[in-house]
Amino acid sequence: MKLEIRGLTKRFGDFVANDHIDLTIEPGEIHCLLGENGAGKSTLMNMLYGLLDPSEGEVLIDEVPRSFATPGDAIAAGIGMVHQHFMLVPVFTVAENVMLGDESVRGGVFLNRGQATERVRALSQQYGLKVDPEALVEHLPVGVQQRVEIIKALSHNAKVLILDEPTAVLTPQEIEELMQIMRELRDQGTSIIFITHKLREVKAVGDRISVIRRGRVVGTADPSTSEAELAEMMVGRSVKLVVDKEPSTRRDTVLQVEHLTVTDPRGHQVVKDIGFEVRAGEVLGVAGVQGNGQTELVKALIGLIRPDTGVISLDGNDISGHGPRRSLEAGVGYIPEDRSHDGNVGSFSVRENLILDLYRDDRFARGMALRLDDIATNAQERIEEFDIRTESDQTPVSALSGGNQQKVVVAREFSRPLKLLVASQPTRGVDVGSIEFIHRRIIAERDRGTAVVIVSTELDEIYALSDRIAVMYDGRIVGTVTPDIPREQIGLLMAGATDTGEERV
Amino acid sequence: MSSLRMTAGWWASAKVTLAAFAIALLIGAVLIAFSDEDVVETLPNLFTYPGDFFVAAADAIGSSYWAMLKGSLGSWHAIASTLERSAPLICAGLGVTFAFRAGLFNIGAQGQMTIAALIGGYVAFAWQLPAGLHLLCALVACLIGGALWGGVAGVLKAQAGAHEVITTIMLNYVAASVLLYALSKDAFQRPGSDNALSPQPLDTARFPSIGGVHLGVLLALLAAVLVWWVLDRSTLGFELRAVGANPNAARTAGMSTTVVYTVAMVIAGALAGLAAAMNVLGEGNALSPTLVGSIGFDAITVALLGRASPVGTVLAGLLFGAMSVGGVAMQASVGTPKELTAVIQALIVLFVAAPTFVKALMRFKDQGGGTTLLAKGWGA
Repeated sequence: MKLEIRGLTKRFGDFVANDHIDLTIEPGEIHCLLGENGAGKSTLMNMLYGLLDPSEGEVLIDEVPRSFATPGDAIAAGIGMVHQHFMLVPVFTVAENVMLGDESVRGGVFLNRGQATERVRALSQQYGLKVDPEALVEHLPVGVQQRVEIIKALSHNAKVLILDEPTAVLTPQEIEELMQIMRELRDQGTSIIFITHKLREVKAVGDRISVIRRGRVVGTADPSTSEAELAEMMVGRSVKLVVDKEPSTRRDTVLQVEHLTVTDPRGHQVVKDIGFEVRAGEVLGVAGVQGNGQTELVKALIGLIRPDTGVISLDGNDISGHGPRRSLEAGVGYIPEDRSHDGNVGSFSVRENLILDLYRDDRFARGMALRLDDIATNAQERIEEFDIRTESDQTPVSALSGGNQQKVVVAREFSRPLKLLVASQPTRGVDVGSIEFIHRRIIAERDRGTAVVIVSTELDEIYALSDRIAVMYDGRIVGTVTPDIPREQIGLLMAGATDTGEERV
Repeated sequence: MSSLRMTAGWWASAKVTLAAFAIALLIGAVLIAFSDEDVVETLPNLFTYPGDFFVAAADAIGSSYWAMLKGSLGSWHAIASTLERSAPLICAGLGVTFAFRAGLFNIGAQGQMTIAALIGGYVAFAWQLPAGLHLLCALVACLIGGALWGGVAGVLKAQAGAHEVITTIMLNYVAASVLLYALSKDAFQRPGSDNALSPQPLDTARFPSIGGVHLGVLLALLAAVLVWWVLDRSTLGFELRAVGANPNAARTAGMSTTVVYTVAMVIAGALAGLAAAMNVLGEGNALSPTLVGSIGFDAITVALLGRASPVGTVLAGLLFGAMSVGGVAMQASVGTPKELTAVIQALIVLFVAAPTFVKALMRFKDQGGGTTLLAKGWGA
């Protein structure tokens, strides 16, 4: 099936999210859609999948113009989509999830589970998608859940499969397996639209690459194009992909964690007897697939969760379980993994968010009265220093792009003297230009003698920043290594293999 | 700082409110016309002499609304009544507004006012003190009573996670029953009366009045200024608004949601207590089961209409006060039932609560992504 997009445009008021986009997806090709967050990839796909109405333009399938009012229309036309967040019912089996919305019945009322099971088996064999049709979805690892989503789309006879940032939640091994599946699908005639902002993956699996910037297709490339060129197309200027940094000069231990154990509200032990130390002027990267206890470790570090056992000592003082305010006052800076949930108050202005955890400081308050002039001056200085793109410092922070929202958080945390910086996914959903900037600032902070803990699921980021890498799996640190070991080794550790023969640092 | 944030959307929301007011008056006009005897008499001949109908209707509507306007603002006496009627609405409305900005939907102004009136009223009629001091004690007693009752809901929310809507509603019932119980006891009973009625507050505990307006009104306006300052200019307000808008980010920034919830409800309660003081120490009403009336609930309406801003709450309070005073005057002079004002008030709030409806009806141009649906839905 050939899918052609002609002059597709989407406007929201005065804002043009997609500006006359032309794309052709040939039968049996993996077409990569490369672009930064906010470039308009999702808007385009949502129009294609019947979730948004195009303002202009048309979609042709095998030269016939089609329009999709609902996802149902798109599915009927042979378009399937695997969302970044899976749309599965955890307590249903694989087969039940696949038949959902399209249940075949016997005798008018009884679900025909057997038929669905057979269908899943057949599809899984045809495309090499290893899945047990009778397994409960909640028991499956993320990578397998993703396969279920793909099978679901295929069972609706999808000829064009849209994969929206499919690798964000996977381990390096799972990413390799997914790519294998994608190639298999392609070879059997299914076209794939692969949405991502990761250059490495685009080059590994793509047949053709279309780059989207600010709602326009700015170019098409083939996989032999260099990463630097692709990055430049994506951002619109040349980008440094590597952070310049000197080797760290390790000094005294700032953070010492011993026997830390944390239980989540559901009663599961998610951090299991962890111990590590971070010295002044050193970056410790915590790598791992999402959901292996990193979130809880970070929350315990800044005092948002009270640990069951263990000591978190900052310069020799135990700060565990005393609440975030105590940690902040002790000199801990924190960049949370979800900026709109924990980092900023969306309806507050940029100005207000820039003092969100500093408002009691003598610089910004006299007794109970806020010093409005000083707060405004501070905002101007931070906006300039961190190049925060905003209409004014009175704009609500939720109106800013993801990268600029993150810069607000970073600017605020860096505007007071720190002993320890805890940064969780500091560049998630941030454009390449801002990533570069934020990474530079983090290294600068390190060089000023701050101890830094970076938690990230992006290995590139871990490699770029860390002086040492701790890998977390199932609530434990399964290995601490230096950034000169190959990615595969870390990949194995992330998947839980502890015996890699690597020397512990 | 947030005042500037609000200027952006200020005119847009004011427009919706004014439009809601206009639509409500229009519907009110229809009700007036069809409840007027002279108008109804012309109906059988509507198609032969349509002119009669329109003349009669215009006369009924015009005279009713004119009477309402004159009764609420037409003389110094009318203005004084309007101010005195508005004062408790403003204070209790500020209580709802204050809690609302901390993310708490305070349905309990009624109960907070009741307990405040009970304690403050007791001080006002039972204690014997020199003039100024007595007023001060009674006023403080009102504030403490309200703060206490609001604080209970705050502590329950902060410490046990009990939803404030449920607790404040339940506390309203408890407060009403406590008042009834107290009024059945000798300490609160008016000597020589079998009714559930307390003695009159003593003159020494009453707000002095100037030109027919008691000075409590001034206190209500001062309270509004204070609430504005706290919300917009103080560290406490900063915390309060942060917790209200995003408790997770607030907690991450080192704020204590438990402290904020408790303090917000204590202050909200104290403001409701001030409303009770307007009633007991201002107008000098004795305690009775109907003392608070429905002011505690009207306060929610006032706060909503005022968009949870102190200035808006004052304006909405004045509007509701004026309509309530004007409604009585309207019934007295032209016979249109005063309940009409309640209908209009309810309609205003209904329309304000459904801004997309009003915008569609008035064809206001809208910016933003969510409106394509609307344009489709209304064929605009």
